[in-house]
Amino acid sequence: MIWNPTKECMSREQMRELQGKRLHKIVEYVYHNVPFYRNKLQEMDLSPADIQTIDDIVKLPFTTKKDLRDNYPFGLQAAPQSEIIRIHASSGTTGNPTIVGYTRKDISIWSECMARSLTSFGVSRDDIFSVSYGYGLFTGGLGAHNGVETIGASVVPASTGNTEKHARLIRDLGITGIACTPSYALYLAETMDKLGITKDQIKLRVGAFGAEPWTENMRTEIQNRLGLKGFNIYGLSEVMGPSVSYECDEQHGSHINEDHFFPEIIDPVTLEPLEAGQTGELVFTTLTKEGMPVIRYRTRDLCSLLPGECPCGRTNVRMSAIAGRTDDMLIIRGINVFPSQVESVVLTMEEFAPVYMLIVDRVNNLDTLLVQVELRPDYFNATLDTPAAIEEIGNRFAAKLRGVLSINAKVQIKAPGTIERSQGKSTHVIDKRKLY
Amino acid sequence: MTIRQLSIFIENQSGTLQKVLELMRKSGIQIIACTIADTAEYGIFRIICAEADRACKELKEAGVAVAISDVFAIELNNQPGGAADVVGTFSAAGIGITYMYAFLLDGRGILILKTDQAAETEGVIRSRGLRCLSEADLLA
Repeated sequence: MIWNPTKECMSREQMRELQGKRLHKIVEYVYHNVPFYRNKLQEMDLSPADIQTIDDIVKLPFTTKKDLRDNYPFGLQAAPQSEIIRIHASSGTTGNPTIVGYTRKDISIWSECMARSLTSFGVSRDDIFSVSYGYGLFTGGLGAHNGVETIGASVVPASTGNTEKHARLIRDLGITGIACTPSYALYLAETMDKLGITKDQIKLRVGAFGAEPWTENMRTEIQNRLGLKGFNIYGLSEVMGPSVSYECDEQHGSHINEDHFFPEIIDPVTLEPLEAGQTGELVFTTLTKEGMPVIRYRTRDLCSLLPGECPCGRTNVRMSAIAGRTDDMLIIRGINVFPSQVESVVLTMEEFAPVYMLIVDRVNNLDTLLVQVELRPDYFNATLDTPAAIEEIGNRFAAKLRGVLSINAKVQIKAPGTIERSQGKSTHVIDKRKLY
Repeated sequence: MTIRQLSIFIENQSGTLQKVLELMRKSGIQIIACTIADTAEYGIFRIICAEADRACKELKEAGVAVAISDVFAIELNNQPGGAADVVGTFSAAGIGITYMYAFLLDGRGILILKTDQAAETEGVIRSRGLRCLSEADLLA
């Protein structure tokens, strides 16, 4: 099913025309309402009149996370406070959090985008849908909540925490859909195992997973354990929240709601736009946002835009899975390493639980990488009753890692349950190098 | 002819043995013998105990990586060379010993063995008339 065929299946020419008109309007809007953008445009000798078609977007300056922090709390807000009906804040682990204010129209567009996403996943008014993103300042919980209400399904605002109670509700209420982070989905599966709740006692059939990068292997693992079909949903609070893009049944990339969020891919070093299909940093311009519009916002997510038409009938462009972050990319002995690469290898090893930790250090001026993994209690068997047998597993894993990372990693096999599980965004890296 | 042994993966750090032993205490299961094969980072904690199946199930439920291994328990002649005789018998038959350990039970020396060829090991035990103990013998 398609929620809004007019917008999701528009011809490319119509879409570009619409995007051009909206871009001109939003540039004019921020020029008159946000001193930060007005100053930037004036420095570049640009006026809104110079921006008429979507191709003119490359003339505009970029916006970075630092710009948002420097203008904390309301410096980039374009609408007057009386028009703002909700304020979210992104996690501020370093420095100020990012404050995002939404007008009534913003919330309505967000709900629309969320409804498009859920409909694409096969959710309808007949579903009982549990939202297990955190409710609160994080956009995940309330964003997904509004979408579920918009399509008319029954929303269960489970939020995070109290996972045992949630697991029982999934069984007892016959909950059919869930939105959460992929790592929370695995945590939920573990909790169900612990409570003795089996796959055939639950009715989950759709999962909307996002807010952190995940891999195809992780998808298979979640689908096998919870008996549902898992779909990717992508978003970020600086642009809107979840539902900036969403997968369809084809599951080959996520369709971007590009009538509202215009995507570009740039080289993160030269800042030059890259050709379609190339991997680089994803950049978004909000075309319709009133509360806090962003112009060419650098997401720091690395991915590509997929060329070609999608068999599902939607014409809005697809983005690939996130290949990493420009800022959580580790450089170890000069080689770029993404935690997601390690994850993909961990998930090929049936001996290990789907958790891992990278510990990077520098010993005698040489970078070292230690990868911690955990034995899975239900896989442990009599053939593993000698240290030599355990070492063999470790060596096999290390060889696979080397094949993917191109550097040697030391492997540490740990007992079940000893690597910390996260209930929100996973943290998989401890960097002990004192480089800064 | 074999007896059941618990094989438990433990990390080589303070408190990990204690955790397993406390779980055994809670289950009310008597340990008859135990040993550890250790490396710098982890080890395999091997336990001969009463009710091995229940112990394995309850440890597993507590999230411990545990499995049941089948091992031979052979009674030794209590004199110098007793163990050498038994091991020599297997070596002569070309059977490799994966691991072994020994303990005293009521003054009798008991050798626990795991070999790389279970069927051949049973053949040698029979043909050489070695005294192989059952779990019931150990618990008596």
